[in-house]
Amino acid sequence: MFPGCCAKWALALILFPLILNGKEILPPSNVKAFDTPNDAGGSITITWELSPDDSIISGYEIWRSESPDTGYAMIGYTGREIKEYRNGKKVKNKVKYYYKVRARMKEFGYSPFALASSPATASYQWFDLSKTNVLVAVVVFISLLLYFVSRAKRAGESLFVRKIPGLDALDEAVGRATEMGKPLLYVPGLGYIDEVGTIAAMNILNRVARKVAEYGTPLLVPNRDPVVMRVAEQVVKEGYAAAGRPDLYKEDSVFFLTPSQFGYAAAVDGIMVREKPATNIFMGLFYAESLILAETGNMTGAIQIAGTDRVLQLPFFITACDYTLMGEELYVASAYLSREPSLLGSIKAQDYTKLGLLLLIVIGTILGLMGIYWIVNLFEI
Amino acid sequence: MRFDQKIMRYRMPLALAFVCGMGMLIQFFVPHPISKEIYKEALDWYIIIYIFMLVLATRSLCVAHIRKIKKGEPGWAYSIVTLAGLTSTALIGIFGGIGSGTLFVKIYNYIQIPMESTMFSLLAFFIASAAFRAFKARTKEATLLLVIALVVMFGRVPIGENLVTRMPDIVEWILMVPNMAAQRGILIGVGLGMIATALKIILGIEKQYLGGGG
Repeated sequence: MFPGCCAKWALALILFPLILNGKEILPPSNVKAFDTPNDAGGSITITWELSPDDSIISGYEIWRSESPDTGYAMIGYTGREIKEYRNGKKVKNKVKYYYKVRARMKEFGYSPFALASSPATASYQWFDLSKTNVLVAVVVFISLLLYFVSRAKRAGESLFVRKIPGLDALDEAVGRATEMGKPLLYVPGLGYIDEVGTIAAMNILNRVARKVAEYGTPLLVPNRDPVVMRVAEQVVKEGYAAAGRPDLYKEDSVFFLTPSQFGYAAAVDGIMVREKPATNIFMGLFYAESLILAETGNMTGAIQIAGTDRVLQLPFFITACDYTLMGEELYVASAYLSREPSLLGSIKAQDYTKLGLLLLIVIGTILGLMGIYWIVNLFEI
Repeated sequence: MRFDQKIMRYRMPLALAFVCGMGMLIQFFVPHPISKEIYKEALDWYIIIYIFMLVLATRSLCVAHIRKIKKGEPGWAYSIVTLAGLTSTALIGIFGGIGSGTLFVKIYNYIQIPMESTMFSLLAFFIASAAFRAFKARTKEATLLLVIALVVMFGRVPIGENLVTRMPDIVEWILMVPNMAAQRGILIGVGLGMIATALKIILGIEKQYLGGGG
């Protein structure tokens, strides 16, 4: 084994740099190194022009040193046709690094090194320039939101909001449960509290709690997430207090089941079958269990209102429920039910933004067909 | 409500929501290591809160089932199974370990996963019953839904392509053009709704989750 290994190394030294068909492999050129933009530091990006022999090599070796002439060590390798490498390992901020690149054949064949790059130092940035478009969009949206909210507050005007049957039916649904002497089941979805859909579900739960407190109807709120359960408890308690009936609040009306997705579905199905709630309300984030829940509720004969922002689950709810809040309707429920001018104003801001986006989509599509892409590029992150 | 109660119950949470919300918003645009560290720290806090909440949630589960057993409510025997399962699994995990090959993992692999798969497989039957109801051609919209669904189903099976060569292309067009257009319309609305709700909470315009009005 030893002689064979030595022979290989000897061959490599003799043939280095490789002569292919009597011609030396040409190195890559124009090696540039610079601080990786929009990052947390500790990273340098190296670019180069491909070797003219790129089609016959296997890839490129990237070497680094803190001195321009000596001490280079290989720090990375990329395949052929690639002309960029991000060095993110063991890079200290504010230290000068030099980079060299050479082409590599499959076995022991290398081109000479390209000229070393100018020194590059890594540093962190305070603002991610690639997100400028997002910042502009956020600022525009916040401005619109504040403008319409303050206008609605000042004028106290009642803005027109189209009818949402699912939300109009909430009172009817609570009334039905009261008449039948059965509980109302409120399922706040499988989302976590950091998801906006779950917060929207909590806002609607507050309204439902007020209504059930007014009518003295029992309420059941099974939970999958412990944090959501604590928030739901507080929301329901506040709802009963706001309705002037804190005495009716029962601690066991908001309870925990299991974090398991289908375990939760099985438990809620069990509640539906055993307790036979007159009304089932599903609000928040739902996944594959949506139809399992909604179909079981449908079989028990309950009136069902659902709302989710998960597009894939909407058809299931539409099929199995009496009313369904689709997508953004879940988020406007709070404003729709409370009729607070400040909240209604925010809906107007949303509508204007949607109109603006619609115009940009139409103009961007037309310009894109004409080969002009600057509007399309505006949306790149 | 007393002034200090009002501050603790409404003003303080609103102030916290504003500070944390704006902090996270700014953090999104700042790639500096400090910003990353703050984000990581916030996630760690969430995990810590979650663990404490899990203790309270387990208490809630136990209390509900113990009450059922005490009162002899219908199905009280199932509560015994739940409590026995909860206690035994926890004890086996604590004293027997949770590494591969342990009894705890076997319980998970041979009891929990099959039970979850069973629930998931029920979905097939629920889809059948829901589809039967949805495809009753009582209105123009329902008829359109029925026809489109039949075309898509027909194009998704080998016999569809054998009978009409271009059927897969037609199905692809239905899914990628009219269906995708509708989905994207909903998604744009959802996106804006999410941003608006988040901003309303950060700016203190939306307070219903605290139990207050507006």
